[in-house]
Amino acid sequence: MKRPLAILGLALLAVFPWLPLGPARLYILHVAILILIWGIVGTAWSLMGRFGLVSLGHGAFLGVGAYTTTLLWNFWGISPWLTTPLAVGAAVLLALVLGYPCFRFRVVGHYFALVTLALGEVIRLLIIAERDWTGGSLGLTLKDAGAFNPWAIQFADKRIFYLIALGVWLVGLWVWWRVDRSMTRSALEAIGEDETAAASIGIPVTRFKLRITLLSAGLTAVGGVLYAQYLTYLNPGVLAGIGVSLQIVFAVVLGGMYTLLGPTVGTALTIALSEYLRVAFGVKLLGMADTIYGLVLILIIIFLPAGLYGGLKELVLRRAAPARVVRAPSG
Amino acid sequence: MLELQGVTAGYGEFTALWDVTLTVNAGEAVAVVGPNGAGKTTLMRVISGLVPIRTGDLRLDGRSFAGRRAHEIVAHGIAHVPEGRRIFPRLTVEENLKMGGFLPASRRHYAETVGRVYDLFPVLAERRRQRAGTLSGGEQQMLAIGRALMSKPKLILLDEPSLGLAPVMVLRLFELIRRVRQEGYTILIVEQNVRQVLSLVDRAYLLEVGRIKVEGRSADLAEQDFVRKAYVGI
Amino acid sequence: MEPILIAEAAINGILLGGVLALLALGLNLIFGVVDIIWIAYVELVMLGMYAVYWLVTAYAWPLPLAALAAVALVTVLGLLVHLLIIAPILSSPPVNQLLATGGLLFFLQSFATFLWATDHRSLRLALPILEVFGMFLSFARLLAFAVSLLAMLGLYLFLTRTYMGTAIRAVSQDREAMALMGADARKVYLVTSGIGGAMAGLAGALLIIQYSVHPHFGAAFGPLTFMICVLGGLGNMFGAVVASLLMSEVISVGGIITSTEMAYVVAFVIFIVAIFVRPEGILGKRE
Repeated sequence: MKRPLAILGLALLAVFPWLPLGPARLYILHVAILILIWGIVGTAWSLMGRFGLVSLGHGAFLGVGAYTTTLLWNFWGISPWLTTPLAVGAAVLLALVLGYPCFRFRVVGHYFALVTLALGEVIRLLIIAERDWTGGSLGLTLKDAGAFNPWAIQFADKRIFYLIALGVWLVGLWVWWRVDRSMTRSALEAIGEDETAAASIGIPVTRFKLRITLLSAGLTAVGGVLYAQYLTYLNPGVLAGIGVSLQIVFAVVLGGMYTLLGPTVGTALTIALSEYLRVAFGVKLLGMADTIYGLVLILIIIFLPAGLYGGLKELVLRRAAPARVVRAPSG
Repeated sequence: MLELQGVTAGYGEFTALWDVTLTVNAGEAVAVVGPNGAGKTTLMRVISGLVPIRTGDLRLDGRSFAGRRAHEIVAHGIAHVPEGRRIFPRLTVEENLKMGGFLPASRRHYAETVGRVYDLFPVLAERRRQRAGTLSGGEQQMLAIGRALMSKPKLILLDEPSLGLAPVMVLRLFELIRRVRQEGYTILIVEQNVRQVLSLVDRAYLLEVGRIKVEGRSADLAEQDFVRKAYVGI
Repeated sequence: MEPILIAEAAINGILLGGVLALLALGLNLIFGVVDIIWIAYVELVMLGMYAVYWLVTAYAWPLPLAALAAVALVTVLGLLVHLLIIAPILSSPPVNQLLATGGLLFFLQSFATFLWATDHRSLRLALPILEVFGMFLSFARLLAFAVSLLAMLGLYLFLTRTYMGTAIRAVSQDREAMALMGADARKVYLVTSGIGGAMAGLAGALLIIQYSVHPHFGAAFGPLTFMICVLGGLGNMFGAVVASLLMSEVISVGGIITSTEMAYVVAFVIFIVAIFVRPEGILGKRE
């Protein structure tokens, strides 16, 4: 099958930091780590997104993850190895408290998006309100533990972070793949499109959606922890609230949420775009980079509604099968 | 007045109507009968432009309207009373009727047409200030028909008007449709209540799995053995 | 906490509720009719505020005239948003619709930052402060409240007394049935978006006389407006007003008891709980 190709790709990814990357080596590595971290988050989001659960509140899980480990390290010096499960647990609990009533009361579509958006805002505002220990909107810096400290998961060497992020990313892909495998194709579609129909063919919709949501929240929190450990600076504007949530969704839709690598590809593209704009405009033209980013976002949604992958697939299919086959009447 | 010529239509990959040819002449009442899922509602939706035609032609008074959107077709004198009534539940009865006369041409005659509708359905006059959603099923069906009359249509499409009504109400409803018919309106009606509807119309079509199977005068059709067996239930 | 301060905050809450109601109504109409949430709605308000600000400070226009110009400008923007962004994606999946208006949010916020930097700009009007029973009430807020009420009355009359207004309400109840009445959905959508824009422009003009404007003005106000819109119940004008008053009371009174952020947290939690308990809006009837 495609196995040899996948192994080759993996090997390439694993040795990537040791390749001769030229003078911009550190920067390239930095961008690669960002892509992996946000790729984890995007993959986590798409777990829900592909079932029609459009969350605009994933910033909440990201923020809960990042702030939990960072605060516990800064105040009590507890290793993130011990607190990451706690952070994931907190995000999962939050998802449970929100998700259970959502699915129980059939909050769907725009309403689900708004409820999750409210959750993201609640977390962002709580972080700001509790400024005495979270640093508020000024942000929070992870206490430095030296250039090489496995106990604190702090490393000056980007290559180590790259490998950690790669590992977690692979775990994320594995989770996605397991979820994908555990359902038949038709059941997947049924849940996304018609709950009643799905329920009538014996799928426990509420329980299934809840499981997906908890998984997604937990994985997102891991992404948050990684982000905090790597960048060592947290800010509620970056880690919670509507802005980051929208960017996650954008990346996933761009790359396509129905394929294993879609969310990561989308993330890579959006990060490449925003990094390019940032470098191109620097600090000279404040706001210009994001202005173009917003414009590109709108244009892509209008002209490539199925994302890049979907758009390409459609193009290929149209070439391959120009005439639509009309199905014979049945029953 | 209305001609469908070899119309094929459907939703997405699914084709609901195959090569349907049908005419309704001015002043006529015509029924389309057939089992569930035969494509009757799709046929009505094709005529009022809610479902686009894939092949074939839709002509009103000799002019082609294929590919036009619903509001353009409606403006040409078609009033569609959709399946399930589809009144505006949070508007009052009177506002619903006003919307029936939304076309600029109908607005001028509002006072006159609303008077005629209230004459035909006195219960609507009594409830004019009530929210339409609070009416009983039968009253809602009357409102839906009255709303259709507000545009002084050349052709009224009635899609399963008796659906979900109590048997007593069904009888009353058919009586009312008969009166609408006597006012000189041209009617195309889809019904499950085959016996009732055949006594009301001049001609009928039998639609089965998206194709017209039989067409004829209603009296002749009622005599045909398989129609009786399959759809009248005797 | 002195009771007089709480009373003052409560009254300010009512006054703010009037302006919020304009936004909730505008968004409610668009959401109900076009079935799309304009994530960037309050960014239009922000542009309205800037319009008044620059017309008054840089071009010395009289305030009422500048306010009218802002309403006109944002109305046109509302129409453009519909024609350029919403109309092409009407049949796209909801997530795409959210993203397109979300992209507009990034665009407007950043473009405002690019043009006018992140400074907080305020008109610094010398409007009097009234003292009533020992409470200090700002004349600007009273004025904004009165104008909001008038605008709401106008909107109410439009929606109940005219064919187009009634059609707008009808479309939000059954879009297809209204097409069968001969209404061109595109026209109804366009009129609705224009009204939504006008409400945003007016709200902007009324907010700039009380608050300073900056590119991220919508950060807190935006989500609040969506919540109020849903809390009031779709198509329920009275509900939208009640929800606005409720939320602005929470923000205003909660703000002086704890902090502004905590007040918003409480407001959003109320929203989340309300969606579970009464998904059809606080005043809605169960189907």
